[in-house]
Amino acid sequence: MNARKILTPALSLAGAACLFALPALAAGGDLGAVDKQPVNLSAIGMFIAFVMMTLGITYWAASRTKSTSDFYTAGGGITGFQNGLAIAGDYMSAATLLGLSSLVFAKGYDGFVYTISFFVGWPIILFLLAERLRNLGHFTFADIASYRLDQGKIRTFAAIGSLTVVCFYLIVQMVGAGQLIKLLFGLDYNVAVIVVGVLMVVYVTFGGMIATTWVQIIKAVLLLGGGVVLTFLALSRFGFSLEAIAKSAIASHKDGVKIMGPGTLLADPVSAVSLSLGLLFGTAALPHIMMRFFTVPNAREARKSVFYASGFIGFFFLLVCILGMAAITIVGTDPQFFEGGKVGGKLIGGGNMPVMHLAKALGGDLFLGFLSAVAFATILAVVSGLALAGASAIAHDLYARVIRKGEATEREEMRVSKMASLVLGVLAVVLGIAFEKQNVAFLVGLTFGVAASVNFPVLILSMYWKGLTTRGALAGGIAGLISAVTMVVLSNAVWVVVLNNPAPIFPYEQPALFSMTLAFLVTIIVSKLDRSASARAERAAFDDQFVRSQTGIGAAAAAKH
Amino acid sequence: MSSAIPKPSLNPAYERVRRNPKFHELVRRRSRLALTLSAVVLVGYYSFMMVVAFAPGLLQKPLSDDSALSVGFPIGAAIIVLSWLLTGVYSHFANGAFQDLTDEITRETLQ
Repeated sequence: MNARKILTPALSLAGAACLFALPALAAGGDLGAVDKQPVNLSAIGMFIAFVMMTLGITYWAASRTKSTSDFYTAGGGITGFQNGLAIAGDYMSAATLLGLSSLVFAKGYDGFVYTISFFVGWPIILFLLAERLRNLGHFTFADIASYRLDQGKIRTFAAIGSLTVVCFYLIVQMVGAGQLIKLLFGLDYNVAVIVVGVLMVVYVTFGGMIATTWVQIIKAVLLLGGGVVLTFLALSRFGFSLEAIAKSAIASHKDGVKIMGPGTLLADPVSAVSLSLGLLFGTAALPHIMMRFFTVPNAREARKSVFYASGFIGFFFLLVCILGMAAITIVGTDPQFFEGGKVGGKLIGGGNMPVMHLAKALGGDLFLGFLSAVAFATILAVVSGLALAGASAIAHDLYARVIRKGEATEREEMRVSKMASLVLGVLAVVLGIAFEKQNVAFLVGLTFGVAASVNFPVLILSMYWKGLTTRGALAGGIAGLISAVTMVVLSNAVWVVVLNNPAPIFPYEQPALFSMTLAFLVTIIVSKLDRSASARAERAAFDDQFVRSQTGIGAAAAAKH
Repeated sequence: MSSAIPKPSLNPAYERVRRNPKFHELVRRRSRLALTLSAVVLVGYYSFMMVVAFAPGLLQKPLSDDSALSVGFPIGAAIIVLSWLLTGVYSHFANGAFQDLTDEITRETLQ
């Protein structure tokens, strides 16, 4: 049970691995099996208010969603500031709030180090990727990967890579949603999963990217607002002095002054590097994150998006750390938050709950209800983005480009994309229910491992390296896929936890350092050995692609409305 | 709606851009900025992680003799804040002088 591990003093890197994906997902495997709580009416009431508002927006968005461009990218009409909030919303999930604050609550400074690791990818995404993504991409990341390579092969491969990531991630989200909602709202697991599935399909099929973006923006604002209010309340307990929070935390925490410095969590540099590589490049290659760069009108707005997004994310992360430190005293010494009233025992609801208990201690039941509703809204917003990314891979890449070879009309493509989101919704509910009792932590490693080892190498090399050829990209992608999956299967999360073997064969949780390196090496070697005529043409086409990636000349234009 | 992705070789505008010396200046200057800033963030972050892994005691030291907070906290916060400020630096130049240069190149190419 991973949630409990956070609270045990001997937190191993195995436990750390489930936290690895916290920022972008909704508490996936981290909650473990949780006990159903009493029905929380104020939380449900506020959640219903949120749903009503977002359905209103979906109705408005539906009237503006006419073309495929509206559907996939909101017609490119989202401003940099709006997109910044939406990206931040994708990244600041329920799991960031719950997981990172609970890590600080349990481990002190180590939790802060994790938080920093989750952040530093954003500047790199801006410097190396954002404007090129915007200039080269149209609807999907496969547009970029297949720009000068074989349309049929590379697009199929990229779409399969995207769909794999989307499906794994949807399962993680659905299981996390069911458990979180059982815990916070006192609703049945299956009810929660079905509610999430139905709302997701409604947002996506009717409102497309416009609705999905606005749901994400509203949620980001609510989450930031809630975080600010809670931090203000927490600081007011300590006379607005961080020094006082720290002093009190040292006195309250069983590890005493040790919580003020790095502990054992990241003692192994190989794990730390593999983890941060997977997070950095896995995040950059998540289809629903990349898709956000196609919703702004031009490269200028794409850059602004990352500037605003990383500002919001950094600010939120700092708040979360203060909350975790404050919770050490306020939650950690209050018997009402421990099972049986035993301070230092098991927290009610599990190890991810400190910030929720903090909300109750500082703002009462009403504020707890608000924060619970925001957590639910967060999951909803993330799964909607995932469903849209999956639908665009099916409808735009596989159907319109590969099967119909660009001959499909816009109306046909739209119909397929709506059907695809419906199918993904049903699939998500079915898989969510099927995986209820499973430990899904391994899917987190897999999601990021596959994104970093399959999607990322082809993405970055197609933009930066003239020598890339179709054969090289396919060989490298397949090598990345096989090695990432194999390493995750042989790691603790599957080999020991799921298959009950005594010790893992692959000692690290995140395969990125090895599988990503292998994917790059294979891609480069095979491309270099490729002497075919098509390879020559592909290399020759790089110069034109380079001009477009730098200047945006020839890139898809902005919205017409 | 330009749903078809232009076949690169069919676009003579790109050839004109490549012959424009301003394009090469743009690429050189913007790439240098992007690579420098990336290096600053990555070297800073991985140095920090190496201290965490190999010399954790350095971050454990209290800020002053009677302080509860350790030096690790302001250093960590500085990594977040400074790397965010660097995104501001990049956006400032890329959306300012470099964007003007890009617009100039586009205008000269498409007229």
